[in-house]
Amino acid sequence: MEQSWKQAKAVFAAALGPPLVWLVLFFLAPMAIVWAYSFGHNVGLTEIAISGTFHNYARAIEPLYLKIFLKSVWVAGLTTGLCLVIGFPVALAITFASDKAKAWLLLLIMLPFWTNLLIRTYALIAVLRTEGYVNQGLEWFWKGGSGLATLIGLQPLGDFQPLELLHNNFAVILGLVYVHLPFMVLPLYSALDRLDKSLLEASLDLGAGHLRTLFKVVVPLAIPGIASGVLITFIPALGAYLTPDLLGGPDSQMIANIIERQFKRANDWPFGAALSFLLMYLTFIAIAIQAVLNRKTPEAKG
Amino acid sequence: MTKPIITFENVTKRFGKLAAVDNVSLTVNEGEFFALLGPSGCGKTTLLRMLAGFETPTEGRILIDGQDISNVPPNKRPVNMVFESYAVFPHMTVADNVAYGLKVDNVPKAEREARVAEALELVQLGGLGGRKPDQLSGGQRQRVALARALVKRPRVLLLDEPLSALDAKLREQMRTELCTLQEKVGITFIMVTHDQDEALALASRCAVMSKGLLQQVATPSDLYEFPNSRFVADFIGQVNLFEGVLAVDEPSHAVIKSPDLPVDIFLDHGVTGPRGGTVWAAIRPEKIELHKKTDDTPPNLGDAPKGTNAVEGVIKHEAYLGGSSTYEVEIAGGRRVKVQRSNLTRWDQEDFKLGETVWLCWHACSPAVLLS
Repeated sequence: MEQSWKQAKAVFAAALGPPLVWLVLFFLAPMAIVWAYSFGHNVGLTEIAISGTFHNYARAIEPLYLKIFLKSVWVAGLTTGLCLVIGFPVALAITFASDKAKAWLLLLIMLPFWTNLLIRTYALIAVLRTEGYVNQGLEWFWKGGSGLATLIGLQPLGDFQPLELLHNNFAVILGLVYVHLPFMVLPLYSALDRLDKSLLEASLDLGAGHLRTLFKVVVPLAIPGIASGVLITFIPALGAYLTPDLLGGPDSQMIANIIERQFKRANDWPFGAALSFLLMYLTFIAIAIQAVLNRKTPEAKG
Repeated sequence: MTKPIITFENVTKRFGKLAAVDNVSLTVNEGEFFALLGPSGCGKTTLLRMLAGFETPTEGRILIDGQDISNVPPNKRPVNMVFESYAVFPHMTVADNVAYGLKVDNVPKAEREARVAEALELVQLGGLGGRKPDQLSGGQRQRVALARALVKRPRVLLLDEPLSALDAKLREQMRTELCTLQEKVGITFIMVTHDQDEALALASRCAVMSKGLLQQVATPSDLYEFPNSRFVADFIGQVNLFEGVLAVDEPSHAVIKSPDLPVDIFLDHGVTGPRGGTVWAAIRPEKIELHKKTDDTPPNLGDAPKGTNAVEGVIKHEAYLGGSSTYEVEIAGGRRVKVQRSNLTRWDQEDFKLGETVWLCWHACSPAVLLS
């Protein structure tokens, strides 16, 4: 029954046609327009003349914007690193949980996914702000401690100074790690779950402790999972917009915030377009690096 | 030679309410090739995994060289295991796999390399140290697993279904090699298997398990010729079981009357069983002779009185196995008896065809009498 597409061109075209039209109409065409914009300049308030200038790209790599690009890469990188450090033990724990617990734990990982990002971000604000739950909790302990101190005849602790947890880089990183953790845990889990458990037993049997087993057997064999986890965490983190916008302070803007400003307040579409495409090229580079790494470790896949 | 190396003392392992291993006491001696044999789910693998340290006994103790190791973690035990899936590390070369356990022990590099080379030579993988496991065949991967375990010079080598993943021809070859290997290194081997042929061919002693209980511990020939229960008789090889009553039980001979057989079963030895109680006579198919029926005089093998140990029947089924053939012969009363016979001449020259009426007879020493 197996037929080459050449023998059933009409069927093939009928199947391929609609998605192709969809892609061209709603993805490639707008992309091409924005790409063209990036080589143009504003004429008046609404007109854009596509003049083939590289001015927008030249402006984008000025130190001011280059710094924000670098900062975005740094923030996304740190987020990815933290997600990996937190996500690996979590994925490992789920792998070794009983089948019943496994389903529940995976559900718990997925649950935030199904909640609107905006709601989750506002919830974080409620937790972190000056009068938020963290500070309230700390204050409660502080007062309790103070009361205890007076009870045993010591000086009271003085007034509680709330921690500044919101509108800074800390809040942005925390928010990004929180949002992106499932992206890291799921591919790690799928890689670890496929791992033949007798390999771990073999390592223990040969005299290795648990730490050595982790670093010499589990981690090397999980590298494909780690690579895809890193990639699908890093890419959305790099383009993060909402989290730095709502949780960040004046110095925690990321590249997506700058792009947004060009299209809105600054009304400089050509420059925004150039920044967008630079961001996309960065993403492509990340994907390319992963592809190269993957090709280098084919035997680790088995 | 009979210095005990491993002792299970009343070991029980429960998973929830189910006892996977039920009050097992067992001693394995130094230098033995010991097989744990039983159908799947009988607890043999659990027993092996308790020895390796991957499971802890719910009750009882396990001793290695007289030391209680029940609470010693797997990486501190003087035993090494060859896993059913081999569990060769796919991201390491063959040599790195074998060296892994030595690196853990901080064996100096020069000695380590020498021992790895020696171990690879031992399992006939010399020169393949640089290969990755995915470049090896299944049989070669198993040798890597063997070398990796043996290089640690364990007190006991544990083998979990070592031959089950190999094809028939290779299995035959590895059987011989495992035997030679064990003689060469002189290490005690404990093997888990569900394959009775494998256990009989390899082991110096076998333990037959069923439903977590130890059924019989004996040499392969004793297991086959003198099973202690219907389960063991039936599990090891083929058998014809005749339920009956012990009619005569003298020191010199015994007679069993079975409602399934039109004749008495005569034994040339006493049984010291329950006179008049229920017993089972187990006769192996290859111990029953087939004779062409020429007249109504039953054949007599000379060691049983006339009218015993010989019965008439009709061949109802035959299976040609090359070297031998098996027959199902229906006797008076409808009972079918399994008979195995070597094909001494070419098949087309043999006399025993479907529908033929034949005599079945057996020696007075052949039946094994089972009390349970």
